[in-house]
Amino acid sequence: MQNQESKINNLVVSQGPHIQIEGDHIIRRMWATVAAIIPAGVAGVYIFGWYSLQVILVSVVTALICEAVFQKVAHKKNTILDGSALITGLLLAYNLPPGVPLWMAAAGSLFSVVIAKQLFGGLGFNIFNPALAGRAFLMASWPKYMTNWSNPRWQVDAVTQATPLGILKERLPFDLPSYWDMFIGNRGGCIGEVCIIALLIGGIYLLYKRYISWQIPFFYLLTVAVLSFVLMGDKFFSGDVLFSLLSGGLVLGAFFMATDYVSAPISVKGKTIFAIGCGLLTVVIRKWGGYPEGVSYAILIMNAFTPIIDRYTRPRTYGKR
Amino acid sequence: MIKLRENKESTHHKPIKVANLPSKVYISLSQHFGAACEPKVSVGDEVKTGQLIGSLDKGLFSPVHSSVSGKVIAIQDCPHPSLGKAKAVVIENDNTDSKINESLKTEQEVNNLSVEQLRKIIFDAGVVGLGGAAFPAHVKLTPPKKIDSFILNGAECEPYLTNDFVLMKQKAGGILEGAKIVLKILGDPQCYIAIEDNKPEAIKIMWELIKDTNFKLKVLKSSYPQGGEKQLTKSVLNREVPSGGLPFDIGVVVHNVGTVFAIYEAVYKSKPLYEKVVTLTGSCLANPQNLLVRIGTTVRDLLDNCGSFKNEPAKIVFGGPMMGTAQFTLDVPVIKSTTGIIFFSKNELTNREDRVCCRCGRCVDVCPVKIMPAFITMATERDKFEVAKSYDVMDCIECGLCSYVCPARRDLVGLIKYAKSRIKNK
Repeated sequence: MQNQESKINNLVVSQGPHIQIEGDHIIRRMWATVAAIIPAGVAGVYIFGWYSLQVILVSVVTALICEAVFQKVAHKKNTILDGSALITGLLLAYNLPPGVPLWMAAAGSLFSVVIAKQLFGGLGFNIFNPALAGRAFLMASWPKYMTNWSNPRWQVDAVTQATPLGILKERLPFDLPSYWDMFIGNRGGCIGEVCIIALLIGGIYLLYKRYISWQIPFFYLLTVAVLSFVLMGDKFFSGDVLFSLLSGGLVLGAFFMATDYVSAPISVKGKTIFAIGCGLLTVVIRKWGGYPEGVSYAILIMNAFTPIIDRYTRPRTYGKR
Repeated sequence: MIKLRENKESTHHKPIKVANLPSKVYISLSQHFGAACEPKVSVGDEVKTGQLIGSLDKGLFSPVHSSVSGKVIAIQDCPHPSLGKAKAVVIENDNTDSKINESLKTEQEVNNLSVEQLRKIIFDAGVVGLGGAAFPAHVKLTPPKKIDSFILNGAECEPYLTNDFVLMKQKAGGILEGAKIVLKILGDPQCYIAIEDNKPEAIKIMWELIKDTNFKLKVLKSSYPQGGEKQLTKSVLNREVPSGGLPFDIGVVVHNVGTVFAIYEAVYKSKPLYEKVVTLTGSCLANPQNLLVRIGTTVRDLLDNCGSFKNEPAKIVFGGPMMGTAQFTLDVPVIKSTTGIIFFSKNELTNREDRVCCRCGRCVDVCPVKIMPAFITMATERDKFEVAKSYDVMDCIECGLCSYVCPARRDLVGLIKYAKSRIKNK
């Protein structure tokens, strides 16, 4: 007994619970998200060439620097290692056309991190998805560059300089790419949105780890599929469902941007409503909006609805009528 | 509710072992929910096992009895598992264990007792809720209105603990006799025995004993906090206890199997509640045990029964790992509500972090009372207690699941407890 007692001192006294779920930590979730979006970026660089890598790097480095500098100036804890600024930088770059000037990537990234995220209070308090807010800022400021599309690098001699949705919307005299080309990313579009297979690999990984809730991508894609079938054809109920799902930034948005914890509703019911709203607005913008693409604005608008969705989807407390 | 890793395997096959009698016991006068008792003995008095040593004239309380025979050597503040320090009667054990008047009654004699007599016996024996809350049992046996359902709670949803399980395995007959007494007092409501499906042996034994009676056995999915009163009424009867109310309000009484066994012993054996089964477990113990422990035995003395330490304990918790209380000394004594003592090693320590909520919604998904810990704690951090209240913070049962799952490691239940105390004390 002497021996035992001498061993015990400095007992830790803390509040319960005294056990903790294993293997789930916010930092781990963040880095898993980084890992999950890497394949789409690699595919983008492969498809559009080395310049897209420069765009991605400028966006990421700007995001990290802005986060660090802002936190330094504002006397806040430095959190650049939590992965969130990195994700914002990556996602912003993924939402830019491959040929965008590098200074624009930097400007968009600065807007995302400083205006859309830090000025709202930092991670956890930003109302809008920072990457999408940055993209919207660039779209409003320099629309010419933001709609200047390049082709996959092996199609240098092709004349097409438009995204599939653009071709459809503007009724341009070009052939639409095949489903397979759209699935593997052989088409015009933003750097990170074109390679659907790469996006799905990352998205399914996050779903499997339960880091994102399945309701958001599922109901988002389902709503777009149904409404596209009804509305996007030459007459009602004749839309091309597969084309609608594979085109634009839908898969990127549904798996990686609408699922952003901070700017989406908190409850399962809320997430479902949010996702259906995103799908609805995406199709409405694609059909009647000025731009051919609707995903980023759809998500941003639904971000604004998040607080009110949270309020009206509050679960009924046990024992209350 | 979610399934937790159970960690019950190191003690669930261990039969109840009678713990060595300690040389001294430190019997707290605060053994229960309610007012602390006044000592009814003085320093120097000789006492016998089971003798009344603490009581009050009125109020919500439960009497306290000596757990050994010997001499009162002090009445002083001693460590207490949940209050930090509290007044206790220190008794030096003379190792004769001579008992006060423990006479056996026959079934016939018990049947002849009136409801009032039964209630008095249970009160006098100092029986309190042994599931952890230590609410005086006689209060829960004095319902203000008609009771239609009595739930015998053998869920034992906290990880690590096996004290209820071994009791059901070894003392099922006594538990059922106790249940019959409770049913008589409550005016013969339907009895439901609720056991989680991770205890097939207990289920089988209970089933053998009740299959020809009108007791009903409810096998519940093992998930935490299935054994909480509110969850149990929902799972067993699909009824919800109204917000701010008690199971009484919907005609339900819930008692833990240990409590009901203590009622059996009080009535049939005239035995006051001075010992109980406690699970001593955790990765630090070489020989984890389910011990029959005299109230007032310190952790230090109990360790004699469990071999040497495999590794150094960094945290000692009284109760389950989810809702239990960490202790600062080995000199803390077992009280009536102690269900288990868990010895955690250094690499098992949890680490709360100072992070902001990222709104992932895990806490909202798992909350058994369906409140929103994320929003409540964000409001609490800004001292907005009115907002916290509007999110039904007062309905929190403090099960700790929100903190358990939080990927940002926020101290959610701690903040919620703080908000509750601020709102209550306003």
